[in-house]
Parts: sequence; structure tokens; C-alpha cells
Amino acid sequence: MSTIIKATNVSKVYHRTTVPVHALNNLTLSIEEGEFTAIVGPSGCGKTTLLNILGGLDHPTSGKVEVAGTDITEMKDSDLIDFRLKNIGFVFQAYNLIPVLTALENVEFIMLLQKENKKVRHQRAMELLTQMDIADKAKNKPSQLSGGQQQRVAVARALASKPRFILADEPTANLDSSSTSNLLDLMARMNKDQKATFIFSTHDQRVMDKARRIVTLEDGTIVSDTTR
Amino acid sequence: MYSVLAWRNIWRNKRRSLITILSITFAVLLACAMRSMQLGSYDRMIENSVRFYMGYIQIHKDGYWNDKVIDNSFHYDSVKLNQVTEIKGVQTYVPRLESFALASYKNQTKGSLIMGVDPRRENDLTRVKEKLVEGSYLTSDDEGVLVSKGLAEYLNATVGDTLVLLGQGYHGANAAGLFPIKGIVRFAMPEQNNQMIYMSLAKAQWFYAADQLITSAALLIDDADEAPRIVREIKKSFSSEDFEVMDWKELVPDLIQSIELDSISGKIMLMILYVVIGFGMFGTYLMMTAERQYEFGVMLAVGMKRLRLQTIILLEITMMTAVGVLVGITISLPLLTYFHFNPIYFSQDAAKAIENFGVEAVYAFSLDPTIFTNQAYAIFIMAIILAGYPVWSIYKMNPVESMRA
Repeated sequence: MSTIIKATNVSKVYHRTTVPVHALNNLTLSIEEGEFTAIVGPSGCGKTTLLNILGGLDHPTSGKVEVAGTDITEMKDSDLIDFRLKNIGFVFQAYNLIPVLTALENVEFIMLLQKENKKVRHQRAMELLTQMDIADKAKNKPSQLSGGQQQRVAVARALASKPRFILADEPTANLDSSSTSNLLDLMARMNKDQKATFIFSTHDQRVMDKARRIVTLEDGTIVSDTTR
Repeated sequence: MYSVLAWRNIWRNKRRSLITILSITFAVLLACAMRSMQLGSYDRMIENSVRFYMGYIQIHKDGYWNDKVIDNSFHYDSVKLNQVTEIKGVQTYVPRLESFALASYKNQTKGSLIMGVDPRRENDLTRVKEKLVEGSYLTSDDEGVLVSKGLAEYLNATVGDTLVLLGQGYHGANAAGLFPIKGIVRFAMPEQNNQMIYMSLAKAQWFYAADQLITSAALLIDDADEAPRIVREIKKSFSSEDFEVMDWKELVPDLIQSIELDSISGKIMLMILYVVIGFGMFGTYLMMTAERQYEFGVMLAVGMKRLRLQTIILLEITMMTAVGVLVGITISLPLLTYFHFNPIYFSQDAAKAIENFGVEAVYAFSLDPTIFTNQAYAIFIMAIILAGYPVWSIYKMNPVESMRA
């Protein structure tokens, strides 16, 4: 397995108030291709900040992040958008599907941004919805889907662009236990079958139980990193 | 899919979008109606003054326009004037001998404008025969006169009565005579309706002792816009002689000026209307930007380029505006077409009050295509300017901050 993400001495300081907040402190982390990693820790420990920086959504105050050998910390905003589109899949806590598009169109949308042709878009979107056991809801809009179903569409959307890895910020936070279990099983299957790399931030024990690697953060620092 | 996305986004908040579209529709409808009524009234004023009175071009002896006295008349040379009709776009000429006289009937007297005309040619230009409300029209050697309705009412005279006209003729000669009223004519413009007396050219030349003289030759032309060219050509052929040739804009500068002034006030009213509607539109854009901060943040996060997101928002705004404008024009077009062919005439008391200001008491409506296109442009330009806010917001947007909102 090759290293897909390499974060070296990453620090992030927020200056929103008069007192600077050190969200990440000199953090170093490597993620290998095909990993199923959970980043855990109490609220405010820096999980989301770390995910934002790994995903190129935010810039570190110091340090360097390399994705597949490319240093993304010095990239311009417009290049980062393009980089994210080609390399990173996102799953958000609140699903964040486009409300006016159907499940199928939501999955197709990312491929549209990648300028895939209509036939390919449709075929792959249907494949992914089938893999996520939600093909029968392809024509439904998000408001017609349950939370678990919406999150499965969101995972299908994240996978649609064939990203190098998927960042999932608290993906099960709004789901009941049955939906959580269902979603985790599907993601684990995608990880196993398609070698998709998943990185979660979570404090959900059920996610931690499924993860093969658990990185624990406290006050912006890694306090433990265990692989099972 | 971007268009589909934009279209569906419009209907995410049906009520708000409908209110915005209706406000645009209302603005277009109101603006079209206001402008149509304004331009319609201007057309009517110009038509009444120019088409039905002055003519689009007039030829006089040089200096007549500044000093309108009968001594500034010129010899009626039909051969020379016939040459003018050979110029492309000139239909005919209408010779006139105009001056003032006192008109009396019994113990009523009023200053009046005497117009000696060739009845056939005059009717070709001003269609004065159609304005006849009583009696019959003039012949070329008629002894009688046509009196405007307002003047006849003032004098308490009617068809068959005889007027006494008293004035000053050519080179100081006395002008006096008895003229039976042959017909009553009604003019739209109060200024004409209250003082005009028509008689045959021969009778007017006799009355003013101005044998073979006329004060002006008005021209009937095919297209008013061609007037400047025709004036230039006439000036060439009349260059060695002592004449002035004027187009209608020179003939009625006061009217043109008052129209321009009134038009500016109309445009200011339209601008106020647009500003009011603009605030409504801006409110919608503000809300649709604010409530979708999170969504925009997600779209940027997953790899949507800012320009593409801005394009979708512009598409939404353009579509919403287009629907509003189209509905507005679709409603206003048949409405204004109806009123164009059926102008609104004021009732008697209101009509008198309005005519006292020297204008015809009628709401006339124009169907000039620019009325509709200009409103559409104005609304679109405003929408695009106001769209600057969401476009700027997206340009400045930080996806992490937006998703945190």
C-alpha cells in the first residue's frame, strides 16, 4: 500500500477572538491507500479542522499536507477546488444533498462537474446507487428520503468522482442505530471491494468498532494511533 | 443540468419566487402603461399640431416665422411649388394665407386666426373636412367660412349666421367683410378650436388685399423622419431666393421642448418605480444567498468552481426576471393595443379643465415597440446589477465558514 496522505507538523491557530485558539498542534499523520480510519476525540479536539485541512478546504497555519505526493498547502484556491473534485470525496454530517435534484441527479452532479458524458454519468450513478442498496429511490428527491437513505446517496455521490479517498465528517451523527449500522456495513464493503480509502471523524462508538485504524486527538495533538 | 438546477432552485421557495416574479410583472406592466400613455399623448400632440395643422415642412418668405405679419407674404408661384413636389417623399403642397382679424357676431367679438386655404389641398394635409360637425365644407370660390367650434360657441353663432371680420390687410390696407358661416369644425387642440376661421384662399386674398400672395406653403410628406433631408433638398433649389424652409421640429420648438421636459419627468417616475421594485428583487437575492450559504459551501467543497456556481445563480436570476418580464409584456401588449385603438376620452367637466391647459382631453396610448423593449432592458440591467451581490458573496465565500454557518 502506498501513502495517500502525508501531514507533517501541521498546526492551525484561529484568531477569531483576542485569544488565539490552537486547533492543531504540530500534528503529523500518514494515511495509506485502502485504510478505514476513524479520527476520534472529544468535541473541540480538532477533528473537523484536521479533516478540513486534509481535504484542502482550509490551510494550515504551519506545516505541510501532501496528497498523493502533491503539496496542497501552497495551492491557490481555484486549483484546490479542481484538486478536490478530482481526488477527494466528501460526506457531511447533514448529508448536504442538493434538495432540488433527485438521488440519481445528485450522484450524477459530481460527474457533471468532471465533464463526464451523460451516458457514463447515468450508468455509474445507477451502479453506485445499486451498491448502496438505494437504486429504487433513484428518482426521489432528498426530502422524500429518510436520513439513512440520504446519507447513502451522499456516500454514492462521494464515490462517484472515483476519488483517491473519502473524508466523512461525523457521517452517522444524525442517524438512528439501524441506519448507522447499515451505512457502516455499506462503507466497509466499498472499502473492501473497491479499496476505497475512508477517513471518518467521529465520536460514535459504532463507527470506532468498525474502523481498522483509530487516531485519537486531544487538544489538537494525536494521543494515540492504533491499527487493528 | 445547470439550467434544470437553476429552474428548480427558483421553485424551491414558490411563494417568494412568485412574489418576486409578480413584482417584476407589475413593474413591467405599470412602466409599459405609463410610457405608452406618455408617448401616445406626445404622438397625439405632435399629430394635432403638426400633421393636422402646421404640416411637417413649411416654406415662407425669409423672416416670416419671426414676424408673422401679412406684409411678409410671398407670391404664390404654383409652378415653383410644383417643382417641390417632385422631390422624393413630398406628396403635395398646401398654400395658405394666414393672419389675424377680429370676428364679431351681434355683440360678441373675439380675436381670431384667419386661414385662407385651397380647400382640396388643405383637406389632403389636415383632413379638416373630417372635423366638420355642422354645415358643409368649403369650395375653392366659396363666399362662406368655416368657424372652429370653440369660437362659434363664444360668439353664439351657428351655420347660416354672418360674421363681421375686421383686420389689417397687406401694406396697411383695411380688411373688412361679412362672411356667412358655412360650417363648424371641431379641433382637438384647444388653441385651434377657440380661434380658427377657414376661408378659401381667393377670398382671403381679397379680404386682406393680398392678391396672388400667400404666407406659407405647408408640405405633406410620406415620412416625418425624412423631413430634414427634404428640407435640405428644398433649400438647394430655393437657395438663390428669399425663402425660409423649416421642418416641424423648428416649427414647434415649444412643443418639442415641453415634450422633452415632460418625458424626463416620466423617466424619473419610471426610475422611482424601478428603485422600489429593485428593493424587492434585492431582498429576494439577499435571502436566496443567505439561506443557501451552507449549500454553496458544500458545492464549493465538493469541487464546484465558483464561476460555475455564480453562473447558476445568474441563470436563476435571469430566468426569474425573464418570466416576470414576459408575463408583464404578455399582459400589457393586448391591454395597450386595446387602448391604442380605443383612447380614453375625459368626460365633459374633466375635459374642460384639461383643455384649459391647452391640451387635448384624452389619454392616448402608443404601441411603439421600444416601450416594451426598453422596460425589458431596464429590468434586466437592474437584475444583473443586483445579481452582483450573490455573485460577490460566492466570490468571497469560504466553504469552511459557510458550512459552519
